[in-house]
Formats: sequence, C-alpha cells, structure tokens
Amino acid sequence: MDDTIVGKVYVVGDNIDTDQIIPAEYLSLVPTIPQEYQQLGTYALRGLPADQYPQRLMEPESVRSDYTVIIAGRNFGCGSSREHAPIALGAAGIRIVIAESFARIFFRNCVATGELYPIESQYRLCDDFRTGDRVEVNLTASQLRTDGSVAMFPLKPLGEVEEVVAAGGLFAYARRKGWVQQPAVVS
Amino acid sequence: MKMTLTEKILARASEVSHVIPGDSAMVSVDILMTHDVCGPGTIGVFKREFGEDARVWDPEKLVIIPDHYIFTSDSRSNRNVDILREFVADQGVRYFYDVIDDGGVWRFDPNKSLALPQYGEQYAGVCHIALPEKGHTRPGEVLVGTDSHTCTAGAFGEFATGIGNTDAAFVMGTGRILLRIPETMYFRLVGELSGGVMAKDIILHIIGDIGFDGATYKAMQFGGEGVAAMSMEDRMTVANMGVEAGAKNAVFEADARTHAFVDAAAQANGTVRPYETIEPDVGARYVYESTVDLSSLEPTVAMHPDPSQRTTAHACRDVKLDRAYIGSCTGGKTGDFEAFARVVRGKRVVIDTFGVPATPQVVRELKATENGGRSAWDVLVEAGVNMTVSAGCAACLGGPSDTFGRLNEPLSCISTTNRNFPGRMGHPDARIHLASPYTVAASALAGHIADPRDYLE
Repeated sequence: MDDTIVGKVYVVGDNIDTDQIIPAEYLSLVPTIPQEYQQLGTYALRGLPADQYPQRLMEPESVRSDYTVIIAGRNFGCGSSREHAPIALGAAGIRIVIAESFARIFFRNCVATGELYPIESQYRLCDDFRTGDRVEVNLTASQLRTDGSVAMFPLKPLGEVEEVVAAGGLFAYARRKGWVQQPAVVS
Repeated sequence: MKMTLTEKILARASEVSHVIPGDSAMVSVDILMTHDVCGPGTIGVFKREFGEDARVWDPEKLVIIPDHYIFTSDSRSNRNVDILREFVADQGVRYFYDVIDDGGVWRFDPNKSLALPQYGEQYAGVCHIALPEKGHTRPGEVLVGTDSHTCTAGAFGEFATGIGNTDAAFVMGTGRILLRIPETMYFRLVGELSGGVMAKDIILHIIGDIGFDGATYKAMQFGGEGVAAMSMEDRMTVANMGVEAGAKNAVFEADARTHAFVDAAAQANGTVRPYETIEPDVGARYVYESTVDLSSLEPTVAMHPDPSQRTTAHACRDVKLDRAYIGSCTGGKTGDFEAFARVVRGKRVVIDTFGVPATPQVVRELKATENGGRSAWDVLVEAGVNMTVSAGCAACLGGPSDTFGRLNEPLSCISTTNRNFPGRMGHPDARIHLASPYTVAASALAGHIADPRDYLE
C-alpha cells in the first residue's frame, strides 16, 4: 500500500449514487477496452446536479482531474453494481474516496478492482472541507491532514480487506493465495 | 448454533457446518448471471486474468441475458450484444437469451413500429424477471449477477446478490466467490394488504422506516404468516428493492407456492435440476426484528430524490406531474400491468404515460388475458398509455438518449421503478417519485399524485 496520498479534494454530500458517479448513458463503454476506460474517466461525476456542484470534477475536454481525493458524506456509491463507477473515478485520477459510509457493492468494487481506496472517516468530514483544499492522507496511520495544518482527522483502517487492496485487487490477491494459477495477460 | 436463512444457505454452499456474521466464506455459486452492460467488461477481465483460451467453470451455470440497452441505435450498445454472442459461441454457454435468433449481428431499426417486436424467439427481456420465468431460480441456491437488483431472486428462498465485473470474472473462472457473512434483519409480515395497496407499498414503507442505508451489508429476511397470501411477483417486488436500503441480499422463506412456481418454470423450459430447500433455524439470531402489519399500510410514495423519502399518496396528492411510467424489474411484471389496467379501464390518462413490459412473456400474457372482451393490453392502449412490445430495462435507468420513455427534459415523473436519485431516468434535473402500479395509474389519470383508492371501484 502506498503510504501517503497528497492532492486536492473534491467534496460531495450524502447519498451520491452510481448514476451521479457515472450516468447510465455512458455504460456502453467497456472498462477493459483501454480507450473506453480512459473515456469513462472523462465522465466521472458528470451526473452531479450542476446547481449544487458548479465546480466540476472534470474540466471539459480534460482526461485527468485536478483532484486526487474525494470527501463524501453517508452512503457513497449507493445504487447499481456497475463497476464503471470506481473505474470512472480511478481513470479520472482519483486515488481515494473518504466517506462517512459506503454502499456495499461500490466498496467491494473498489477493493476488487484496486482502482481506489475506499476509506471511512471516523467523523463526518464533508461539511468541514471545501473543494480545492489540499490534503495529505497517511494510510498507514489512518489520518487525514490539511496541507499546512497540524490538525489530524482520524480515518478508519480498511480492516480485513486491506490485504486485498494492498495486493492490488482481487486477482493479485487470489494469485498470492494460490486460488488463481494463471498469470494475467498484459495488454 | 442456530442460523438465519442466509447464514444456512451460505454455510452449505461453502461446505462448513456453520458460519457466523463477519466470517469470510468461499462460496460455491449455482448460477452466475450477466447482461449486455456488464457482460462485456466481465468477459474482458476473465480473459485478462485467466488467459485468452480460458474456459468458463461451468457453461451450464452461466446465464447471459441482454436486456439493458437493446432497442437503441447507439452502436456501442449494439456492439456489446455482439460481444456476448461471440463469447457464448466460443464457450458453449447453454443459456444465452439472445436478442436475435439467427446469429449475425444485432442492429436496432428505430423506424419500425413500437407494436412490432424486433427480437426473436430466444429473447427474454429484463434479467431479474427472465431468470425465474426461464427456471433459473431455485430455493437454497446461490445466485450472483452483475446487477444490483439480482437480490430479486431472493423471493425464491435463495441467496442472491449483485456483484461487479471483477468479482463476476472470478466466478466465471473458478465457480466461487469470497463473501462476508452478513448479519440478518428479520421482517415479520402479518395481516393482509387492504384494497388499493400493493407489494411495492410494503417495501417503500420498510425503506422509509430503516432508511436508504438501513440494511447496508446486511441480509433482509422476510417471513411471517402474511407471506402466504403474497404471490411470487409480490415477493419479487419486495426482494427487488432490498438493495435500495443497502442490503446485500433479501430473502423469503420458500413455501408451497414457491415450489409450485419454480417446478413449473423448470418443467416448461427444460431447466429442471434438483434443489434442496433450506429453512431458517428456530432461535436464530437477528440483529433487528420488526413486525409489519400489512393491513395498516397505505398507498405509499417515495419522493424525489431517494427511495427513503416516504410519504403517503394521499399526503402528497397535490404534487403536479408531467409523466407516468410503468416498467422495470420492480414494476413491469404481468400483475403490475394488470393492476394498472384495473385503474385506467375505460378512462384516459391526462399526462404522457409510457409502459414497458419487463419481458416478452409479460407482453404475451397481457395480450392474452381477456376481461370483458378486452385484453389488459387493449385496456392500456385505449386509456392512452404508450405501450411498447420492446421489453427491457428501457428508461428505468435512463440509458442512451433514444431510449423509449427516457426523461430527456427536467420533467416531474411518477414511476413504478426502483430508484429516483438525480438523473436516474435521464435528465439530471428531472424529479422522480416512486410508487405502486395502482398509485402510478391513478396519478396518470389525475395529472398529479393521486390516491388509487379514490379510483378503484
């Protein structure tokens, strides 16, 4: 596991569902086709209502977000089982989502794909941070720190799935465990 | 060690004598289901991880049902169905419910009439309704699918849950999935629904009680004497929306009605396979227990923007509407349309109303049922409902911009579907209210949210 993630945060509220993360009209993109993977990233969080989120995660025409960290409220990623959701965020350059809580399938898809760290915060953080704030996340210590501040915000350890994320996703973990013998096909 | 229904199913499927919540278990899968939206990506992960020449663990246990983006001119969506077909041919997958019968490639013709089917004999429509119709749901089994509403199959006394592409690819190669054993919440249903109240109202009521994340990571188990009077369709409607409370799975105890349905479907489709029903232990431990008196429920609405925004149809009857929609795995079954028809018979809807049957079988059943010389289909069309024979997921999840019934403008819509988050049915500023087929039908006649009890004789 990488020890530290540094970057700008994008802040969202409660109940951000998978349709807001990646609207259904883009689900015809197949994540394992490299060009379409990249395209999914350009639509990440496209479904957030424009009036509530005037600052967008993705600038028009850009393939890489200015933001690295998402801070969210309760039940992030609720809704569908589409793996396109963590993949769109990962392809956009997001490395970690810190939420008060996650919906189950989204959390699992983050772990299985190894695209994102889904980390729960000990306390609700989405009201205390503003989009554009710079932060440093220390994964080993399970702490979040605002750039230039000494105040620490505690995060919850990943627990039993940490091993899977650390290995780089389900298949890397499965190979380590001997459940899958074949080497991955490198494209 | 007393176990809940979910614990007992997962213990047997992982070949251990007992499991406790929080344990991880390597569970053998009886059925893996995928569709056109997540199938191509799952196949991509499968080939990347197991090799280009890898074989599916059991071609009899993989069920592939294109249903999401079928009747669209979006070329990538059409291509995705072709990817499934190629994989099926290569792997010898037995249960593939293709859109077309003759192989080749699938292309939709938007100029053809909505009254004419563009699909062949094999096409099965919405996966969660097609699975039981085609005899792929059985008590005691483990069914996983690349769709969150896979939990619908819990209506048949089995463990059923939605998974992502990567997990599905792992199942495709190994036949197994690593699952954490969920804690179980128990809902005891007692009494009977009163007139104008439907199964949809039960689950909207429960989600309103426990919240949109009230069952996150947990199993929802439904039992009690109120279940006996519920049809299999009713149970499917309730189990279907378990995921809207965050549940991992939702499960009903199987009874004589379950067995009759399952056995008949398997016989009719040549999918007979032995199964062994599992019952929960008396004295099993539940993390939450509640009793729902069905006779006390009223027509219920979940207001925009999430399924837990519960109110009664009566309380919000002034909310103005532009659109009504009936369809999807939640509210697009034969009984849902028949209920709708009961309300609109002999009357006219006053707002744009779209009807999308879940499966071709639903289309056939609606056209066949005669009541006073008119089929339910006739009644709906005569009431002004825009009915299509193109069974599928359609506008429930928005889809490509040419999807039938899609909200392409910021309209106010009442729908028999399952989700009402911003953008769910298309336009990000559209407002979606969820309700039963009765309530949606009454609202379509009124032009605002209406209590169906005012419209039913």
